[in-house]
Amino acid sequence: MTDDDLFCQTFDVLGGDFLNAGRASTGIKAILREIGVEPSVIRRVAIAAYEAEMNVVLYARKGAMKLRVTPKDVRIAVEDEGEGIPDIELAMQEGYSTASEEIREMGFGAGMGLPNIKKNADEFSISSVPGRGTTLGIRIGL
Amino acid sequence: MKLEAVRDILGCRVIAGEDRLGDVVRVGCGSDLMSDVLAFIKPNALLLTGLTNIQTVRTAEIAEVIAIVYVRGKVPDKEAANLAREKGIVLLATGLPMYESCGKLYAAGLVGGSEFQEVLTHDGR
Repeated sequence: MTDDDLFCQTFDVLGGDFLNAGRASTGIKAILREIGVEPSVIRRVAIAAYEAEMNVVLYARKGAMKLRVTPKDVRIAVEDEGEGIPDIELAMQEGYSTASEEIREMGFGAGMGLPNIKKNADEFSISSVPGRGTTLGIRIGL
Repeated sequence: MKLEAVRDILGCRVIAGEDRLGDVVRVGCGSDLMSDVLAFIKPNALLLTGLTNIQTVRTAEIAEVIAIVYVRGKVPDKEAANLAREKGIVLLATGLPMYESCGKLYAAGLVGGSEFQEVLTHDGR
């Protein structure tokens, strides 16, 4: 936590834990509501966070989501340990997905997650090392 | 549209939120893809879906969905129903298929996402 931070918290996310998938994002939503962030901003943060959290649950072994709230913006940094993404440009295309049938049956893996995160963010960054994991940066201005 | 009207139009069984049937939904969305729901649904919506897992309720909570109608005679699993009770999300179940469920609600005046803006303008909100 830096001097600029109004709030800072890290949430652990476990790969394959479908029962608890979404708890971190609903926790983030509750925190922002308590701080008094505008509802339209909360909605964008919550959707971006939930898609990112689901990606960790669906594709990685484990990960962490770090929420930072400053007077100017909400930032979420997601780091996971997993297979990573070999071709990020391809993964960012709407409709492209490597999801298994099992993931699709759960209503995810339609190739909308990463584009959806980008759409809701003011700034979005993604990097990945195949075989190691993926890192996302999401910033939404207040 | 009040949820009690949704229940009556689709002949729904109430799975969770019996005490909240006076709540109003302003827009409808039918989808089995939760990522599409997250991408396109408007706040204060009614979600119609054939999926029954806990992610339907998590998605509803994130996207400010007031109530879910499970179509085609499906019922949510126990975890989904318990989470909905905890979060105050109404769950309904109908035997009707998706197309007929959406059609009946639309015919009764519940608009879809593309028309939602228009409703807002008329209301002046």
